[in-house]
Amino acid sequence: MPEANPRYRRALRFCGAYRRPIRRGTRNLFKDTEHLIRLVVVIAVALLLFAVLRTAVVPRSFGQYGHYRGAAIAETAARPIAFAGHDACETCHTDVVDQKKQGKHVVVACEACHGALAKHADDPNSMTPPKLDTAVVCARCHEANSAKPKEFPQVVTADHSGGIACDTCHQPHRPKIEEKTEDEKTQAKAETKAGGKK
Amino acid sequence: MEITRRRLLVLLPAAAAAWKYVLAGTPEASPNYQMTAHWWGMLIDIPKCIGCGSCVRACAAENDVPEGNYRTWIERYHVADWRIERPEVESPDGGKNGFPPNQDTGGKNFFVPKLCNQCADSPCTQVCPVGATFVTPDGAVLVDKTYCLGCRYCVQACPYGCRFINPKTNTAEKCSLCYHRITKGLTTACCEVCPTGARQLADLKNPKDPIHEFLRTHNVQVLKPHMATGAKVFYNGMDGSVR
Repeated sequence: MPEANPRYRRALRFCGAYRRPIRRGTRNLFKDTEHLIRLVVVIAVALLLFAVLRTAVVPRSFGQYGHYRGAAIAETAARPIAFAGHDACETCHTDVVDQKKQGKHVVVACEACHGALAKHADDPNSMTPPKLDTAVVCARCHEANSAKPKEFPQVVTADHSGGIACDTCHQPHRPKIEEKTEDEKTQAKAETKAGGKK
Repeated sequence: MEITRRRLLVLLPAAAAAWKYVLAGTPEASPNYQMTAHWWGMLIDIPKCIGCGSCVRACAAENDVPEGNYRTWIERYHVADWRIERPEVESPDGGKNGFPPNQDTGGKNFFVPKLCNQCADSPCTQVCPVGATFVTPDGAVLVDKTYCLGCRYCVQACPYGCRFINPKTNTAEKCSLCYHRITKGLTTACCEVCPTGARQLADLKNPKDPIHEFLRTHNVQVLKPHMATGAKVFYNGMDGSVR
């Protein structure tokens, strides 16, 4: 039986394993320490490389709020708007607001018909909204369709106006017209048709 | 290249300028906006929808949605009297140009606007392998298009069919709940232009928001509640045939 290192024996005694016979080769337990050291160095270098690559590749804000790039929120929010919102329109066009207040179209936002006008709101001279074709715009909402709510005012435009512009009779901002006699109605229609032919 | 004193003097300010640019990051969009103070959703009042397509057009204009894809769209339902589980659904061009007149063959006819449900436990964010889509602290589900690989997992995962691949960027795209508008204190483009008020943006964390009163006093549902997505687009007056 080979001589055991006294220090090793002391350690064994401390562990309560002194009485166990020391097996062959145990003395050489730490003979090949350099292999372990090499392994540790390789792992450490790999870990360091990983850490360096990770910091280089992963965006800094990743994980700020969750498993995503936190800066993406601000980037999405930075997109410019296209619709100014009716509050912006109403600061200048107070006459139209007063007109709308008298009718049902008070709930319809300006840009629902006039389109996206943030550019116009930013600088009124940069662009002016194009004139609308009421025959098309009004029909989008008011053309009869069985899927529309029954209480919503609908017309079959072919029968109702024959395709002439709605603003011939209706004021789009305050669409309800004071009751006209049948003669006046037919006269207005005839005038428009004649005007269209010219 | 040898670094002389002259070259160093030229290089240093350039490097300083570049570093400043790196540090600046993305610009602060809306400084007064508190993400933690909001929890966004939407209310859709089906009996008010007239299928005019204003929302679809506004969404396309606001968000530069490519032709043929829709972040929001309108479906027209026709449900025969006795076949509630087999509704006839159509959405020509997403309802962008309204709907052609239909033959009223009895039964129920109504419009259902659809959009991303801004799910609190969204399936689409769970399947993203790179973290390119996420639920923001204020409850909007967004896509980070600079990080998206275009793998289409999320397109398949969304039970509501709300996602598509943008043919220009080849990345996933969806309704952002007009995040660039709501953070500026505006409503979404679709809610802004809805002429009947069928769509309303709702802030569930704001106790003064009328949504709370509405939810208490109406029979409100979400789409596919059995999927437990935590959908935050609430539908009032929704027929049982709606999928």
